[in-house]
Amino acid sequence: MSARAESARAGLVEHTIRPLAVGTGRLRDGAVAMGWAEVQKLRHDHLDIFTRSVQPLLWLFIFGTALQRNRTLSGGFHDYRAYLVPGIMAQAALFIAIFFGLGVIWERDVGQLQRLLATPIPRLGIVLGKATGAGIRAFVQGLVLLIVVAVTALSIRWNVLDIVGVFVLLLLGTAGFACLSMILASLVRTRERFMGIGQLVVMPLFFASSALYPIAIMPAWLQVVARVNPLSYEVHGMRELLLGISAGGWLWLDFLVVGSFFAVAAIVAAKTYPRAIL
Amino acid sequence: MTQLAAVEEQRSTVLVDRLVVRFGDVEAVRGISFAIDEGEVFGLLGPNGAGKTTAIRVLTTLLRPTEGRAFVAGHDVVDEGLAVRQAIGYVPQAISIDGALTARENLEFYGRVTGVPRRERRERIDQAVEAMALGSFLDRLGRTLSGGMLRRLEIATAVLKRPEVLFLDEPTVGLDPTARRVVWDRLELLREEAGTTMLVTTHQMEEAERQCDRIAIMDLGEIAALGTARRLREQFDAESLEDVFTAATGGRLEEGGSFRDVRASRKRTSRLG
Repeated sequence: MSARAESARAGLVEHTIRPLAVGTGRLRDGAVAMGWAEVQKLRHDHLDIFTRSVQPLLWLFIFGTALQRNRTLSGGFHDYRAYLVPGIMAQAALFIAIFFGLGVIWERDVGQLQRLLATPIPRLGIVLGKATGAGIRAFVQGLVLLIVVAVTALSIRWNVLDIVGVFVLLLLGTAGFACLSMILASLVRTRERFMGIGQLVVMPLFFASSALYPIAIMPAWLQVVARVNPLSYEVHGMRELLLGISAGGWLWLDFLVVGSFFAVAAIVAAKTYPRAIL
Repeated sequence: MTQLAAVEEQRSTVLVDRLVVRFGDVEAVRGISFAIDEGEVFGLLGPNGAGKTTAIRVLTTLLRPTEGRAFVAGHDVVDEGLAVRQAIGYVPQAISIDGALTARENLEFYGRVTGVPRRERRERIDQAVEAMALGSFLDRLGRTLSGGMLRRLEIATAVLKRPEVLFLDEPTVGLDPTARRVVWDRLELLREEAGTTMLVTTHQMEEAERQCDRIAIMDLGEIAALGTARRLREQFDAESLEDVFTAATGGRLEEGGSFRDVRASRKRTSRLG
């Protein structure tokens, strides 16, 4: 190859790779900066994470204890409270994530959103940063729950790799639902309306999933809904990792569905999120 | 683009050419054109609902124009949005500081998201802290700061990266004269050090007259008057800029602004004041 052609080729490669590298760098920097800000906020308001942890513990130790002997609800597993742990962990994270959109509306009202959208962070970076923030809160809350589970000696498997897998699924799922929440926030004008829509979304997602009971005991039409609900796959995967039980299906499929849900929701949110300022 | 606009693009830092923004049937900006030279402080005045904030939103890439074109730092706001956002700083009308973070963390956060290089970030933050006199409340949460502290902090976060063009939407609203002086001194310093071009909206006429090299008065989405304060006074045969404003806008009582805007504006004034 001639020197000129070599140089032209190098130029082309530089032209192609550099913007990609710069874009990826900005995406990473934006997401890291927003995740960092979320950690600082948690540090200033650490009481919040504990007050938020009360609700899942009530589900686990009151609802779970009341139905402890019901083998149908636990799909035959001997301890319904242990069976509930993945579902409650995912549910608590879902609540954090779905109401994350409220923050977007608040940020729009106070001017932070406009400011953020005028920075060089790509829109996808802002969305990923917000999703990371929701993921960090879900992670801390999940950790608190697991500590309580350990102290109360509920029968789950304590394998490091499995626990890591549980948190990966939890983070992916929470990030996906946080993106869904941002999409909803970009479509509504007021916080009051968002609260209504949030409830409308969160309840069917929660009850039409395998969080509280196996999909198999649902009527056929509800099973169809549960099978297209990403929360079912998140809980199914977490349950397989924490308890070693599966209601059929594959663990890799759970990761694939939850990961794909996050990817699609993030891309759609990046398109719709800037509309929130209109 | 007109031939004049093409010539202007060569030397202007901000160029707006026959810009139109419509929201359904409402035409918020009706074919405005103006150019801002490098290092100039340009004041955009007008009653509420005149289209000032809409125009700024187009220039900061937050809103796509319906017609016309605009260039900031040599980049098209529609086709090269990212390049525009890299070149600008923006302080919106509403409070943009994160109340759940401390003043120091807000500086660090905006340093990160506006792309201030990591090795220079610490030094730039220290300089901004000193220039805007933020030292006494650096470790206080944003939500506990007074109006003057908030505005100074916001300006500090916006100038960290020494932007080519700085958009300030009512930067001194709710500030007392001393705090206003501090803000303008810092902006003057920025202009001297980095040659930053500034577009400022304000309702303070004497401030516009003192600080802005040129002024445009917008009314009903159009530019009703444009020039230096002195030139405008001569043109309208007026004693003060306030008289020019009244004459250019027809002396009507304000009809602009939605319920949401008014509510947000009153909340903001109460918070800052």
